Amino acid sequence: MNNLSERVGWAVRPNNGLRCTMLLGRTAQPTKLFIFLLLFQITGHTNALYPLDTPKQDAQFTHLLRELRCLVCQNQDLADSNAGLAKDLRDEVYHLVKEGKSDDEVVHYLTARYGDFILFKPPVKAVTALLWFGPALFMLLGILIFWRTCFKRNSDE
Amino acid sequence: MKAVYWRIIPLFLFAMLVVFFWRGLSLDPQRLPSVKLGKSLPVFELPTVDDSTEKFTPNSMRGQVVLLNVWASWCMACTEEQVFLMELARQGVAIYGLNYKDTMDDATHWLAEWGNPYTMIGSDLLGQVAIDLGVYGAPETFLIDKSGVIQYRHAGIMTAEVWQKDFLPRIVELERVG
Repeated sequence: MNNLSERVGWAVRPNNGLRCTMLLGRTAQPTKLFIFLLLFQITGHTNALYPLDTPKQDAQFTHLLRELRCLVCQNQDLADSNAGLAKDLRDEVYHLVKEGKSDDEVVHYLTARYGDFILFKPPVKAVTALLWFGPALFMLLGILIFWRTCFKRNSDE
Repeated sequence: MKAVYWRIIPLFLFAMLVVFFWRGLSLDPQRLPSVKLGKSLPVFELPTVDDSTEKFTPNSMRGQVVLLNVWASWCMACTEEQVFLMELARQGVAIYGLNYKDTMDDATHWLAEWGNPYTMIGSDLLGQVAIDLGVYGAPETFLIDKSGVIQYRHAGIMTAEVWQKDFLPRIVELERVG
């Protein structure tokens, strides 16, 4: 099984499993069980390009790549991007994870070089306060206006 | 009077959004601020492109205000700034090169074709030094002061306008301070 999934090339990214089932959804009944099992194989921790020692490290590596932005094609994460720099940074993250660095240490390594922009989820800081609390502020304001308007109308009647 | 005050709020919010969106239109998302400004150069030791035994390190640039230009032979935009860099070199500006993810052969051929304004070029085959510098594309030009601190970074092609506006005033200031 392991060899099969690697040979087919689906093992690179875990979420590809979903796409495979969608493609194979209309196949005949006897093969369904096989595909079902194959799906588990793919979504399990198999990573041909970046082999890591433990499933924990594998999970850490995968979720870090999803949280980090490619600086060249800015709406893609490091896992998805084919840009040369994204590949280099993927390798960097891989080595840091392999060395047993924590999420914070990896993120700090990258933000010390590329700034907060490399993070899809910006940290809560003075400059990002409006970004984080703006929506709540606007909703509060909206409710206030709504309430005032209704209240006003009722008292007029 | 009080009712009028409340009705003005949506208009005020709309005006605020317009300002935000208008500003957003003129922002270039490809222009990222460098977090390395005011920091010392990372530690590195690179082989030089002319293949001499001398190594390219931050110490190679010590004691003078210099430009550190990140370039590569595969980088189309780098050819566009080369004429201007040659002009700067003729004026006596010290320019050092960081050859980014290139091969010695390609780099040497490219320099023969487009000219070599560099005092010294470090060959960053793996792009590790570039990552330490926060480089996200070529060309990029760093302004380094006498003690090896990064004072400014320009991402993109170096032009006469960029030089006049962003580099020259800073260089004059750095030379004055000593």
